[in-house]
Order: sequence, then structure tokens, then C-alpha cells
Amino acid sequence: MAQATFEEISASDFFYRNRDIAGFTNPTRAIFAAIRELVENSLDAAESIKVPPDIYVRLSFEGEASEETQIYKLRVEDNGCGVPPRYIPSAFGQVLYSSKYKLKQQRGTFGLGGKMAILYGQITTHEPATIISSTSPLSKIYMYKLMIDIQRNRPIILDRKVLLNKEGWRGTIVEFSLEGDYLRAMPKILEYFKQTAMVNPYANITFVDPKGRLYKFVRATTVMPDPPKETLPHPYGVDVELLQRLIQITPYNNMLEFLKNHFHRVGEITARKFLEFSEISPSKNPKKLTHEEVVRLAQMLKKFKEFLPPDASCLSPLGEELLKTGVLKELKPEFVAVHQRKPATYAGHPFIVEVAIAYGGEIPQRGGFVIYRFANRIPLLYDEASDVSVKVINAMNWRRYKVTPDMPIAIVVHICSTKVPYKTVGKEFIADRPEVRREIANGLREVARQLQRFLSRREHVDRERKRLGVFSKYLPRIAEFSTRLAGKEKPPDIEKLLRSVKRFGAEGV
Amino acid sequence: MEPKEFKSITEKRKEVLATLENFGLRIYEQMEKGIFPFIEMPSRSTENIYYDPKFRQFILGDKKVRRSTRNIRHLKPFAQLVWAALFSYELTSQRKTSTLRDVYYSAQAYEMTFKDQQESNNIITDLETILGFSREDFNIFPEERSAVFGDLTIRYTVPGYEGKTLNLTSHPDGVMIGPALTSAEFVETTADKVIAIEKGGLFTRFIEENVHKKFNAILVLTAGQAPRATRHFIRRLNRELGLPVYIFTDGDPWGMHIAMVIISGSANAAHLRDLTTPDAKWSGVWATDIVKYKLPTDPLDEIDMKRLYELQKDPRYKEDPLWQREIRTFMKIKRKAEQEAFSRYGLTYIVDEYLPAKLEETK
Ligand SMILES: Nc1ncnc2c1ncn2[C@@H]1O[C@H](COP(=O)(O)OP(=O)(O)OP(=O)(O)O)[C@@H](O)[C@H]1O
Ligand SMILES: [Mg+2]
Repeated sequence: MAQATFEEISASDFFYRNRDIAGFTNPTRAIFAAIRELVENSLDAAESIKVPPDIYVRLSFEGEASEETQIYKLRVEDNGCGVPPRYIPSAFGQVLYSSKYKLKQQRGTFGLGGKMAILYGQITTHEPATIISSTSPLSKIYMYKLMIDIQRNRPIILDRKVLLNKEGWRGTIVEFSLEGDYLRAMPKILEYFKQTAMVNPYANITFVDPKGRLYKFVRATTVMPDPPKETLPHPYGVDVELLQRLIQITPYNNMLEFLKNHFHRVGEITARKFLEFSEISPSKNPKKLTHEEVVRLAQMLKKFKEFLPPDASCLSPLGEELLKTGVLKELKPEFVAVHQRKPATYAGHPFIVEVAIAYGGEIPQRGGFVIYRFANRIPLLYDEASDVSVKVINAMNWRRYKVTPDMPIAIVVHICSTKVPYKTVGKEFIADRPEVRREIANGLREVARQLQRFLSRREHVDRERKRLGVFSKYLPRIAEFSTRLAGKEKPPDIEKLLRSVKRFGAEGV
Repeated sequence: MEPKEFKSITEKRKEVLATLENFGLRIYEQMEKGIFPFIEMPSRSTENIYYDPKFRQFILGDKKVRRSTRNIRHLKPFAQLVWAALFSYELTSQRKTSTLRDVYYSAQAYEMTFKDQQESNNIITDLETILGFSREDFNIFPEERSAVFGDLTIRYTVPGYEGKTLNLTSHPDGVMIGPALTSAEFVETTADKVIAIEKGGLFTRFIEENVHKKFNAILVLTAGQAPRATRHFIRRLNRELGLPVYIFTDGDPWGMHIAMVIISGSANAAHLRDLTTPDAKWSGVWATDIVKYKLPTDPLDEIDMKRLYELQKDPRYKEDPLWQREIRTFMKIKRKAEQEAFSRYGLTYIVDEYLPAKLEETK
């Protein structure tokens, strides 16, 4: 038997070998995923400095790669915060390097997306990526040409330039080549832009495709949701690993202060109660806890029932007004109802569910609801059937609300959380957590009720209109026929009759 | 006797036109006064249909229905009704005829639509009920046509033929009982009876065998269940010319009922008069004839038997003991025979032997 050989691989090597899990499955998916990752980075970058995003995406044809795939150059430009020059190489050339490992809601979470796109471009075209960025109108513009050393997970800097910033530009441009199948990916890409425009109604997004076609999604508002605040971990979401890290960095030398200062929603009183509950002395130095004690502490934190639930200041939901604006702008429905749930938590992570239901107008009638799923303002376009929202929608008793699948209805579910329970790093669908499920269901019930009210009011108005229509169609005919029959010159005056029908109708009889 | 049928055809037309005009005027005035036009008419629902032994036909009871244009559901039928009245007025005044099928299509020219033929037929029946005239009076005729043959001279009133006379022996196939004949006036006749026959074959045989001469009769082909125009025509022969009417049908429940409808009318026409001939006689083929003449027969099937039970309970069949006797006989022998069955005794047997015997028997 051959002897087993052991080797260590780097993070970039791991994701290079397993690019499926990040969504780079095939040339079609890859081109979609690359655009998506870069656009999301740009949105994050603009929102982090409270600037309505202006994003320009261009995909241009470079040459044939194989029978079905081509080489494209992808360029994404934004007006976001920019990346300080010293971080550029790592931010774009080192997997699992991120500024977003924070407890606040952002699109980026893994420190992976942008790099996977660049990595994919590199392995399919062997070309470097170009990053151009400026962090302020007053600063210079830095340009890097990079490749990723996959085995060592390190950026290789091929070129670096400092440019004058005469026009006072701030933002980031990422440009690289990659192999893909745009024609196949096109429907999903366009759908992605449309849905992104829906949940980011304050963003301008421009897309020029390889055929030179221009797609423009214009902002409908400059109002932006309140940015999230960074937050401390909530005791319910803490594990041994995190505790140990906190113990290592803490400047406090007693348990009381340690709890009060490192955990979300733990004050003097709660901390004391907890310490009593878990029989730990308030004056105990956290750095002196044995491994067993840390394990026990983690357990007790989960058992203690009196921690206040996490607050939602670390979240940045879209809000009912913006959601409505977005839905009206992109779906052009006849009616829309939106609802934002109160913050809730799962496993110590706060989350907020926002839902919208839109009816009629330009929404297609296709024998089933059109479902739009979003997480932290990212559209989720794949694996719809596995998503928790879809399960909840399918399980709901719509007939109770006089709603049937053959109606032109679109349903929007937006979940925001510091930790969206994605099932994969490709961020495609959300796991079925009972807490999340309950919030979605309650939200949907609320908008369904509003839709029902709208439909019955409309039905009433329709019926009235029809009723009036019947009178104003037939009374004049009866007048005309009887005039001719009676041999009269002029028809009888039926205005009075018609007026009385209207008055009668206005009373809602 | 009712005076109506003794009016000349022209007078009757005037009366129809005046009634239609009045109907229009009533609605016109209602609207002028600012009230939603409405009409009242006898209900034609089954619970309002009674058999009247005095008239010896079905009549409508006292129950009324009110159609008001205030009610949205009545609005369209009301408009259709007024349209139908106008359409009938135009037909009658221009002396044009049409059919129920025409009515259905004509409505579209006035931007009035009927859902289907049934809906437009119903509206015409409403108009009959309201006005008390049958649709033939306002020139709407059935599709089915029957025929007449015999020494009767008529005078046309239809445009282009006004004043022209015709003797109804002039065509050996008989003359079709269509709109022109229906509106014709009777001038003179030498006949002293009417013989109505269910089937075309026998009608032709009778003409060939000179039954009209031998028996001094006017022959009428009902062609199955007699159309209303034909029933009205038979009534006129009976009432205006005083001729007794004898009806010959197949010897089965259906033939029996053809005779009955000529005599006492149908429930569908309970809103109308002048369609019945209460003194007409069913002369054969009776169930007892089947026995007596030993006719070749077929068995009565299940549907035939069911029909017999229905007829047994029908008030029209309780007028004359003859009906009940024949029904019982049918039930007993469980056989039926066609008029052609007499051919077993030779082609002329029916004319030479059976007919005279039965005319005598049912005199
Ligand atoms: N357009 C941009 N503007 C400013 N900073 C950017 C931009 N793109 C990337 N960055 C920086 O680079 C880091 C890495 O980006 P990357 O997409 O690889 O990971 P991420 O966004 O943190 O997480 P995820 O894997 O979930 O996308 C980001 O955290 C951010 O700090
Ligand atoms: Mg990212």
C-alpha cells in the first residue's frame, strides 16, 4: 500500500480547488458571480461613506476562448470609499482578507468574493488584474497590477503607479479578464441588475454589455437607509473560540468588567445576575480561567435566560419607504404593500425581515408568484427551491387572503442580519431556521392582508363601474328604441335617471 | 266566439301596430316622468301554468312578474325587449317577414346582442306575453313549414301579391303554410271538413287518391308536431269557415300527442290564445284500431311507456274518456303501429276503408 502523504494548502489554494462553493461553477455562473461580487463590493464601499452609489460596469469582448466560451474584460467602477494603497494588494490579492469581519450588516462577509473573481480570471486568462483607487478627492490615485500566488495566498505586485488626481476623483476601479459565456449568463446578469436596482433604489447602475448595449438603472431617490453601527457579540451567539479570543485581547482583569465591556446588551445588573447564576466570582480575572472554565462559561452564557435580546442598531434594513420605492421603480405594479418586522434573533444574531407584495401593472401573470429574495440588499438568484422564503410562501394558505397563484403577483422577501444564515459561501439561499421562518410568515401575512383589502376594494370599485356601465349602456338604448316605437321626435330626458344611478352607486349599495 | 279572428288581416295588422306603438309610448312616458321604465306581465313559470277546462287549453294564472330597469339584472333583457318590439314594428309595418334565427342575428345591426338563440327566443316569447299576440302576428315565423291542399281560395295580403287569389289545389304537392298563406284571407271553399295528417308520405298519397274530392276535405300536413302557424291556420279553418277537423297520426303516444297539441295547445304557449282547435278530433290511429284492424306493430319501448304514464296524468287527457281508454289500451297491448301499416291490406285500403270508417266514427 502506498503511504499516505500529507500536505498543507493555503486558503487561496483551497478556494481555487473548491471554486464551486463560491459560485464559480462553470463559465456561465462564473461571469455572473464575478460581476456580482464586484458590484457588491462597490455598493458596500459607497454606502460605508453614505454616498448614493454610482456604479459603472462594462463587459467587453476580447477574443474566443473555446467553442462555447469567450474571453471578456470586466471593468467595475464606483464612487465608494476607495482602498488605502497599502491595503490594495491584500484586499484584492489575498483570500480571506477583509475589512468586513465586523459585527455589522454588510454585503461582504467572507473576505473572499472579489478575490474569487480575480482568481478565476487569472486561472482562465493568465492575465493580471488592475486595481485603481482613490480614498478622497484630495488624495492621489494609486494603480496596481496584481496576480495572486495561489499556493502561498499572497498578492504578487507586477506594477504600481501613483497618478495625480486632478479631477478630485474618489472610488475604485477593478479591471481584469476572464473566460465566460456571456450569452448564456445574460438573462441572470440582467435579472441581477434589475433586482439590485430594486433593493438599492438610491443607486445608479450602468451596464454596458459586450454587444455595446447599454442598460441603465437610474436611482429613484437619494435617501439611503441608516448605516449600521458596529456591535459587540451577543452572549447567545458566543462560542469557546470567540471567548478565548476576547480573553486574550481584553484589558480588564475582572469578570464583571469583562462581561460589561465585551458583550452586547450586558450592563452592570445583568452581568452581576449572570455571574451569580453561573457561580463565577465577579472579581475573577478572565485571563486566569482554565480551559474547562471557559467551556463552562460558554455553556452558561447560552443557558442564562435573562440577557436582553440583541438590538438592531447593527442592522441596516431598507425600510418600508425605500422598499416601496424600489419595487415601484423596477416592477411598476398597480399596487404594493410593504412591511418591516420588528428585529428578532436567531442564535444571538439579530435580524430583520422586510417583505413586499406587489400586484398587477407590469407584473407578469404566469401561474405562480414571482418571488424576489434578498439578503442584506443582495439579490439571491439561484437555488430558489431550497430557500426558506420559498418554503414559507409555498406553505402559506393564500386562499385565506383571496389570493391565487394565477394572479399577477410578485413577492419580495428581504432578510438583513449581521450573519445571514446562508447555506453556502456563494450566498445563494438561506437556511431554514425556525426563527427566520416565523418572521417571514408573519410579514407575509401582514402584506397579504393589505393586498386582500386592496383587491376587495378594487373589486367593489370595479363592480360599481360595471354597474354604472350597464345603466349608461342600456338606458339610452331603451330611450332610443321607445322613441322610435312611439313615433316621437326627440328622446326622453334620461339624465335624471342616470344621475340617480350614480348617487345610488356612491352610497356603495 | 272570439271576435279577433273575424277581423280582416289588414285590421289585425293595424291592431298589432297600435299595440306595439302603445308599448313604446308607455316606456317613453315613464322615462319622461323620470321613473325607471318597468313592465308587468303574467309569469310563465310552471307553477303559474294552469289547465283551463273552459278554454280547453293551458292558460297563465294571476302571478305576475315585474321587469324594472332599476334592477341591473333586468336592464339588458328590457333593452332587448324594447328592441324586439321596435324590430317587430318595423317588420309588420314594412310587411316583411323574418324568423327567430333572423331576430337573433338582426339584433347585432342595432348593437344589441343576444347570448344565444335561446335568449332571443325568450325575449320574443316575453313580447308575445306582454302584447297578447303571437309572433306570427308581428311577422316572425318558424323555420319548419307544413303544407295544405284542397279546394280553398285565398287572397294574399303580402306586398306584391296583395289582392291576388289562389286556389289551394293549384299545386299537387300542396301549398306551404308560410308567412304569405298565414296572412292571407279566406275567400271561398267547397270543402266541408279538414283532415290533418302527420306524415308527408300519407299526405301525398291522399292527394293522389283524390281524398280531397272523395271526402270534400282540405288536407293539412302537420309534418310531425304542428308548427304554431299551422295550428293557427287549422284554427282559422275551423272557426272562420266552420269546418270540422279530423286528425290522423301514427298509432303511438307521440302521434296521439300531435293531435292533442292541435286540439288543446301546449304549456309553452299558455300565454297565447288562438292556437288551439278544441273541437278537432283525433281520428286515428288509435290503440283500439291496432287491435281491431290487426295492424302490423312494433313493441312500445321504455321511453314510449314513460310518455304514456306522463300523458295519463296530463289534464288535457282527462277531457274526453277516449284518451284514457286509448292510453290504457296502449299500455295493455304494449304495441304501436304507423299509419303506413294499413298497406298490408293494399295501398288504397286506408283511403277506401279505414278513412271513411273513422270519419264516421269520430263525427
Ligand atoms: N470597490 C471597493 N471599494 C472599497 N473597498 C473594496 C472594494 N472592493 C473590495 N474592497 C475591500 O476589499 C476587501 C475584500 O473584498 P472581498 O470581496 O474579497 O471580500 P468581502 O467583500 O470582505 O467579503 P465577501 O467574500 O463576502 O465578498 C473588502 O472587505 C473591502 O475592504
Ligand atoms: Mg465582497
